[in-house]
Amino acid sequence: MKSKITFVLWLAGCIGFAQAEDMSSALNAGFKSIKHVGLDRLEQDPLQAFCSKPREESGDAAVAAELRETALASVVLPGDGDYLGSWERGQEVANNGKGLQYSDNPEKANGGNCYACHQLDPAEMAYGNLGPSLTNYGARGQSDVMLQYTWSKLWNTHAYNVCSHMPRFGAQGILTEQQLKDVMAFLFDPDSPVNNQAE
Amino acid sequence: MSVSRISNVAAFLIATVMLPGPASAEEAGIFDEYRAMFGDDNPAIFVIEEGEEFWFASQGPKQATLEACDLGLGPGVVGGAYARLPRYFKDVDRVMDVEARLRFCMQELQGRAPEEVDNRPYSLRGDLGTEMEALVAWLAEKSRDLPIAPGLEHAKEREAYALGEAVFYYRAGPHDFSCATCHGQEGMRIRLQALPDLTTHEGAAVAYSGWPAYRISEGVVRTMGWRMRDCFRQQRFPLLGMGSEITVALQTYLAVTAAGAPMSAPGLKR
Amino acid sequence: MAGKIRIRAQLDGDTCEVKALMRHPMETGLRKDQAGEPIPANYIEEVTVTHNDKVVMHGHWGAAVSANPFLGVRFAGGAAGDKVTVSWRDNTGETGEGETAIR
Repeated sequence: MKSKITFVLWLAGCIGFAQAEDMSSALNAGFKSIKHVGLDRLEQDPLQAFCSKPREESGDAAVAAELRETALASVVLPGDGDYLGSWERGQEVANNGKGLQYSDNPEKANGGNCYACHQLDPAEMAYGNLGPSLTNYGARGQSDVMLQYTWSKLWNTHAYNVCSHMPRFGAQGILTEQQLKDVMAFLFDPDSPVNNQAE
Repeated sequence: MSVSRISNVAAFLIATVMLPGPASAEEAGIFDEYRAMFGDDNPAIFVIEEGEEFWFASQGPKQATLEACDLGLGPGVVGGAYARLPRYFKDVDRVMDVEARLRFCMQELQGRAPEEVDNRPYSLRGDLGTEMEALVAWLAEKSRDLPIAPGLEHAKEREAYALGEAVFYYRAGPHDFSCATCHGQEGMRIRLQALPDLTTHEGAAVAYSGWPAYRISEGVVRTMGWRMRDCFRQQRFPLLGMGSEITVALQTYLAVTAAGAPMSAPGLKR
Repeated sequence: MAGKIRIRAQLDGDTCEVKALMRHPMETGLRKDQAGEPIPANYIEEVTVTHNDKVVMHGHWGAAVSANPFLGVRFAGGAAGDKVTVSWRDNTGETGEGETAIR
């Protein structure tokens, strides 16, 4: 125990893991590309680099602000101006946890895996709590503002919450425009089980 | 365990999985009850025996056993060795985890090619278990109840800790995930799977002390190294190298954070 | 093709405790595959444990038993070195067996 305390004090005086090049070369040596997943996945963009820190650390406010602006500017709204697709298909996207793992078939559509982190249809008990409950999301109404805000959050959540741990479903190409519309319907449609629970 | 009790356990398991993950100590008690039904039983007992057989088996071009393998406490000393890993090894001038060290001993003592181990260290679907899984299960059993005590003295051990912590927070891949995404806060769960906060002593202890473990859903023993590899797969990263600097660093970070807590492996998991 | 069973039989005073791990998918027949087609039922229906070729346990199992069943049985009257076997037959007619000596 005493040696551990000494060690922790010693470590506190250390600079965090030294050079970026050391880390980069350790990562490239420590991983192997497999099937369709290559070492390029280990490269970071500025957002990822900035957000590689404990949640309680807010980081440089000016950098965060710039990243938020960049994220907002990256949002691509639906080409035809129509935000809502089919909630039934959206439910499938929400339930599907596959996509982009080396064990997944790259020919198949990716899922959003929404239930990993969120409650949605309250009849579904197998939901995570990493994100807030989205049950009755549709109660917010379908104003242009609300639709655009929600779409933007799905596209690139950092537009509103820099360093959130929610994936950038649009900006990173995880979900297609149609899939995003279907998820929007799952959230907003009054008939969706997210909003309409059988008594 | 009687036949009807197996059915009960299976039914109980189905019932418990339907409940939301423990958000309270009360709910966590249900899982303790389920575990208590097993008593000391753990299918890993068979894998542990196989691990011992592998240790004493003459293999490779040199037709040697692993009995002279030094896991950090001296050649052939296995009692307590797992709990003292990862640690610095002078003969290779690097920090090693149990898998890297076993692979080293297989090469040096038995003359086996590194690819022999690297090609299939972990079971694939349908496999009954691998040599590495069995050896790690046996070694973990030889450290049962002993305090987790990774090396802390050598500069490279400290570097491994620092690298491990940096990798823990490293966000990358199409989903921007890091270990911290799931394991950086208290009280979290993904679907119904509880997520220990690995930045705290208690969380790291829960995680580190329970691997290797017999995984009921797979019917094989899985190691800490495998668990990290599979986490990275789910994070949409490429393949984590067995015994690589990265996995050793992460295990060092976990083991140091968990240090002092008793090992309880091989464990039993879903 | 017979399935492999790992068995251990240990004396605890007058009682012999047998533990066996069987490899079997124990498909209930109620699951569907990715294409929506039902996966055929494939589960152990009968399990037999013998001591020196005498049956000490004969069980009828069904779909409720989990995959890769882990069985524990206790019986009286065993001695070190005695032969213990565990065998199964499933609904498709496949069998599995394993044998050990009491320690």
